[in-house]
Amino acid sequence: MAEKMTGAEIVIQALKDQGVEHIFGYPGGAVLPIYDAIFQQDKLEHILVRHEQGATHMAEGYARSTGKVGVVLVTSGPGATNAVTGLTDALLDSIPMVCLTGQVPTPLIGSDAFQECDTVGITRNCTKHNYLVKQVDELAQTIHEAFYIAASGRPGPVVIDIPKDVQFALGTYFKPTSQTDHQSYRPQTEGDLGAINEAVELMLNAQRPVFYTGGGVINAGPKASELLRELVELTGFPVTSTLMGLGAFPASDEKWLGMLGMHGTYEANLAMHDCDLMINIGARFDDRITGRIDAFSPNSTKVHVDIDPSSINKNVICDLPIIGDCEHVLEEMVRIWRTKTNAPRTDEIKPWLTKIADWKSVDCLRYEPSTDVIKPQFAIERLAEAVKDRDVYITTEVGQHQMWAAQYFPFEKPNRFMTSGGLGTMGYGLPAAVGVQVAHRDALVIDIAGEASVQMTMQEFSTAVQFRLPIKVFILNNEYMGMVRQWQELLHGSRYSQSYSQSIPDFVKLAEAMGGRGIRVEDPEKLDAAIAEMLDYDGPVLFDCRVSKQENCLPMIPSGKAHNEMILPDTADIGNIIDEKGKSLV
Amino acid sequence: MNPHLRASGSAYFLTKDTSEIERHTLSVLVDNEPGILARIAGLFSARGFNIDSLTVSETEHEKGLSRITVVTVASPKVLSQIKLQLERLIPVHKVHDLTAEGKALERELALVKVAGAGENRVETLRLAEAFRAQVVDASTESFVFEITGKPSKIEQFISLMVPLGLVEVVRTGLVAISRGPEGM
Repeated sequence: MAEKMTGAEIVIQALKDQGVEHIFGYPGGAVLPIYDAIFQQDKLEHILVRHEQGATHMAEGYARSTGKVGVVLVTSGPGATNAVTGLTDALLDSIPMVCLTGQVPTPLIGSDAFQECDTVGITRNCTKHNYLVKQVDELAQTIHEAFYIAASGRPGPVVIDIPKDVQFALGTYFKPTSQTDHQSYRPQTEGDLGAINEAVELMLNAQRPVFYTGGGVINAGPKASELLRELVELTGFPVTSTLMGLGAFPASDEKWLGMLGMHGTYEANLAMHDCDLMINIGARFDDRITGRIDAFSPNSTKVHVDIDPSSINKNVICDLPIIGDCEHVLEEMVRIWRTKTNAPRTDEIKPWLTKIADWKSVDCLRYEPSTDVIKPQFAIERLAEAVKDRDVYITTEVGQHQMWAAQYFPFEKPNRFMTSGGLGTMGYGLPAAVGVQVAHRDALVIDIAGEASVQMTMQEFSTAVQFRLPIKVFILNNEYMGMVRQWQELLHGSRYSQSYSQSIPDFVKLAEAMGGRGIRVEDPEKLDAAIAEMLDYDGPVLFDCRVSKQENCLPMIPSGKAHNEMILPDTADIGNIIDEKGKSLV
Repeated sequence: MNPHLRASGSAYFLTKDTSEIERHTLSVLVDNEPGILARIAGLFSARGFNIDSLTVSETEHEKGLSRITVVTVASPKVLSQIKLQLERLIPVHKVHDLTAEGKALERELALVKVAGAGENRVETLRLAEAFRAQVVDASTESFVFEITGKPSKIEQFISLMVPLGLVEVVRTGLVAISRGPEGM
């Protein structure tokens, strides 16, 4: 039965009916009626952030670690514009999010009113879809539709802009209908059976096959990861993954090649370059993965499974596209494979596996150990060792530490690694960790951070303190914007323009000032004890891990090179790799 | 290992698209809702696609549908991206590449203002008749012609009017529909 209530009450009722339990937000003039409605109920928990960008990253961490839609509530004008970075981040990484923004009253729209901005105009290109709701009777259905669009197909952020007069107005509430039968939006989830059969046929005949998996497997849900493991087991093929796909396949498995791409492993990138069959499941041939397109895996047949038809042939021409949800396609692949054979093809592809074993023996992730300073790679290895028996969720900021986390932290389960892949948003990790901890109160949540990135959204540490969220911020502090410095060494004659931070806060005092715990460690021998102290503390911790300052993140595919032209750790001076002519190009 | 070869010196890998560019007419069926034109135009500008001509009008009032005709110039790879990216927009129902689907009917309307006196006026009228352009406004020193047809016909008419005293032109942009009994 349709019920009369105010627009603000409709918002709260619709969120409850969508199964929302947590909202990340910040109040302001144009959303006060909704905040009043929040005050008068206790089912939805509101997490008060310190900056709206923090709210969006929290919602992203929440969504990616649970598979649910993350919900953000912000005010008009600066509230909405501050959310833009997180919306764009969610769009590029396909994270389901609904962001409710307040707007000035409808009669004032377009008059440059106080705290007015063109929210739908600004967010049109950084959302999957957006709405301006001008009639209160359209509000409930718009919210239900927004949740459906955010979570279905290729997930993404949806903005609903709600003018203040609509929040006050009395309107009719409609419950969500079981199946949103949208007129024009119908994502294709079931892959074409003929194409899947063809893919299995290719897999049965390949000599040098490799699975290249991505965030799509994680987005498809935990079942998709299970099916991937089953398919890899059935076929005996090696598997690599993008940054966004880490955890879909366990790092401890012998068929795991490690991450691929610009800072991927030698074996993963060479397997991609030399394979004769590439089975891309839920990845999008991003430029950090392919390197030079014209030299990308020149001799392979490429199968591409993706739920978004526009990903097909966008960057790399593929031979066999399969449009569909990874879970469905993997399920069919497993089923069809089983009708053809019961044995993995390990023996038939023996020469290929031997070659891969040779590449693995290069040990591309080795680094020079040190007893004087903490090596960042060592810090992550010790952290991983200390938490290996716990249910741990890792978030990262963006830069060297992010790549080191991807390289040295072994991910065994899906939804355990939250990072900003597509947009590369510094400052993502700390708020994302807060969002993860809100969803998993008893889990161990660690933000592997850099001292530069973490300062971009540092204030959200205060949110963690307020809501008793015991996140651990593991800062690899090298006093540089490490990745910027590395590129300057590589491309700009080691002229470290603006990449050294002259004044870094005392993170220990800072943590204490905000009501958390600060721990500093400089001596490699004291690292394990410090990590144990961090893990033992029942509250948020800023962990200031002083690491060697000019460590480079290797291996690396330098710009303009193919996968088989990687820089390995035995290259002492990366500054001379690219010649003058190369440097003069854009 | 580690051959120290030449590199682009950039964080991005640039490869040049050397394929031939083509002109295609797309017909896009959309919900007639506020902001739809901005969505379409925004997609073209955000992804660096070209728009040569764009026309929009409501075509099925009771269903709230509009038909947008876009003429674009791109390589075959980009053309397929344009179509797929348009289809990703939530209020877009269908996208048809009329050029790829066979010969479509393409028409445009122009209003052409020509001023002049004496022999030029006579010549202007004679040419207008040959092109089946209608006089929709006349004064002692000017005519406004309405002309419909393929863009090439309109362009030819306009170029003939230049020496005869062309003042200004407005054009609707291209509308197109497929031949035969099938609808979109």
